[in-house]
Amino acid sequence: MLDIIQDNWLLLLVGQYPKGPLGGLALTLILSVMGLVLSFPISIGIALCRTSPIRFLYASSTVLVYIVRGVPLVMFVFWGYFLVPVLVGHSVTAFTTLICTLIVYESAYLSEVVRAGIQALPKGQVEASRALGMGYWKTMLWVIMPQALYDMVPSIISQFVSIIKETSIGYVISVQELTFSANQVNNNLLTRPFPVFLILAITYFLVCFVLTQCAQHLERTITRKRTPKITQLRSIANDSVLDGQ
Amino acid sequence: MSGRLDFDPIFAGPFSHLLVSGAIKTFELTATSWTLAVGLGVVLAVLRASGIPVATKAVAAFVAYHQNVPMLVQILLWYFGVPTLLPDAAQSWINAHDGELIFASIAVGLCMSAYFSEDLRSGLRSVHHGQQEAARSLGLSFFGTMRYVTLPQAIRNALPTFINHTVLLFKNTSLAMTIGAAEMTYVVREIENETFRTFEAYAVATLFYLAVSLGLMGLGALVEKRIQNQGR
Repeated sequence: MLDIIQDNWLLLLVGQYPKGPLGGLALTLILSVMGLVLSFPISIGIALCRTSPIRFLYASSTVLVYIVRGVPLVMFVFWGYFLVPVLVGHSVTAFTTLICTLIVYESAYLSEVVRAGIQALPKGQVEASRALGMGYWKTMLWVIMPQALYDMVPSIISQFVSIIKETSIGYVISVQELTFSANQVNNNLLTRPFPVFLILAITYFLVCFVLTQCAQHLERTITRKRTPKITQLRSIANDSVLDGQ
Repeated sequence: MSGRLDFDPIFAGPFSHLLVSGAIKTFELTATSWTLAVGLGVVLAVLRASGIPVATKAVAAFVAYHQNVPMLVQILLWYFGVPTLLPDAAQSWINAHDGELIFASIAVGLCMSAYFSEDLRSGLRSVHHGQQEAARSLGLSFFGTMRYVTLPQAIRNALPTFINHTVLLFKNTSLAMTIGAAEMTYVVREIENETFRTFEAYAVATLFYLAVSLGLMGLGALVEKRIQNQGR
C-alpha cells in the first residue's frame, strides 16, 4: 500500500498539474469551498423566504427545498450536465456543471441549517427589536442574523463535510477530483483495487474527520458561551434535516 | 434537442419494461440495504449504550468511518476492492448472482447503519435516566429494560431523523449506477442514450424519485402522529 502512495501521491494530491489540469484532493477542496461560499448567500435568501409571513415566498421556497430533498444528487448532476449548456448557450466544462449543481443542491440544504438557526432564537429577540422601532430588514441584519450565524457555525462545518463528500460524485461526469484521480491510479495498476480505494477512503476520512471534530469542539464552546440557550442549541443539533449527505 | 416534449418513445415498447425493471431494482436495493441498516443500527446503538469500553470504542470508530467517507467511495471499495480479497469460488458465485446489487446493498446498508445507530443513540440519550433506573429496580434485566422501557421511548424520539435518513438511503441507492447496477438512474441513462430524449427520460426518473421520497416523508409523518398519540 505504501508503494502505491509513494508512486502516486502527487496525482492524488493535485492531479496532472503543472503539466495538465489541476485535480485530485486540491480540486476536491476547491470545489467544496466554492460550493459552500457560492451557495451560502442563496441559502440565506431561501431561509428568509422559508420563515417569511408572505405566503407566496413561503410556499415556493418550501416546494424548492422539498424537491431538492426528494431527488438524488446524481440526478441533479445529470440535469446540470444537460441543462447548464442549454441555459448558457455554449458548452461548459464538467467542473462548471458540478459547481452549478452543487450550488442548487447545497443552497436548499444550507437554507434548512440557516432556518433552524433563525427559528432556534427566542421569539422575544424579534419582538424586542420590532418594539424598538426597527424594521424587518434591520431586525434581521442587526439582531437575528449575527446571533443565528454564530450559533450555526458548527452546523455549517458539518454541511461543509457533506459537500466534500458530495464532490465525489464529480467522478460520474469525469471531473478530475480525488475519486477520479484514485480511479485513474486504479486503472494504471489494474491488479490492486483494494489498497487504492482504501487509500482513497482514508484520505477522505482524514479530511472530513478533522473537520467533524472541529465542529464538535466549536459546538461545545459555543454552547458554553451561550449557556442560557442550551436547549435551543440542542434543537439545532438534532434538527432532522441537517445531517445526511 | 428537439423543441417538443414527447414521452411516447420512452414509454413505448422495450423501454417501458426497462423502466419497470429499474424501479423494481431500486426498490429491491432500498429494501435490502434498509433491512441491513436498521438491524445493524439497532445492534450498534445497544452496544454503544452497553458501556463496555471496547464495544463503545469500536462502534464509535465504525460510525466515524462510515460518516466521514463518501458513500460513493464506500461503494467503489466494496465493489472493486473487496472481491479481490475473497477466494475464487466466492468471487465467481457473486459474479453469477448480480454482484453489483449485493455489494451496493452491503455498502449502502453499512453506511446508513452508522446514521441509524446515531439517530437511536440520540434517541436513547433523550430518555431520562430515571426511566432505566426505575425499570432496573423493578427487577427488569438490561435487555428487558431496553426492550420494554428505553427503546420504545427512544424510537419515538428518534423517529423524525430516522425518517429523513430512510429517504436519504432511498435517494443514495442511485449511486449504485456507478458500479453498473441496473436501477432507476442507470436505466434512465440507458434510455437517454438510445432515444436522445434527455429531458423526458430525466423527468420520468426525477418524478419517480420525488414521488417515492415524498411518499416516504408522508408515511413517516403519519407514523409519527400515531406514535405520539399513543404516548400520551
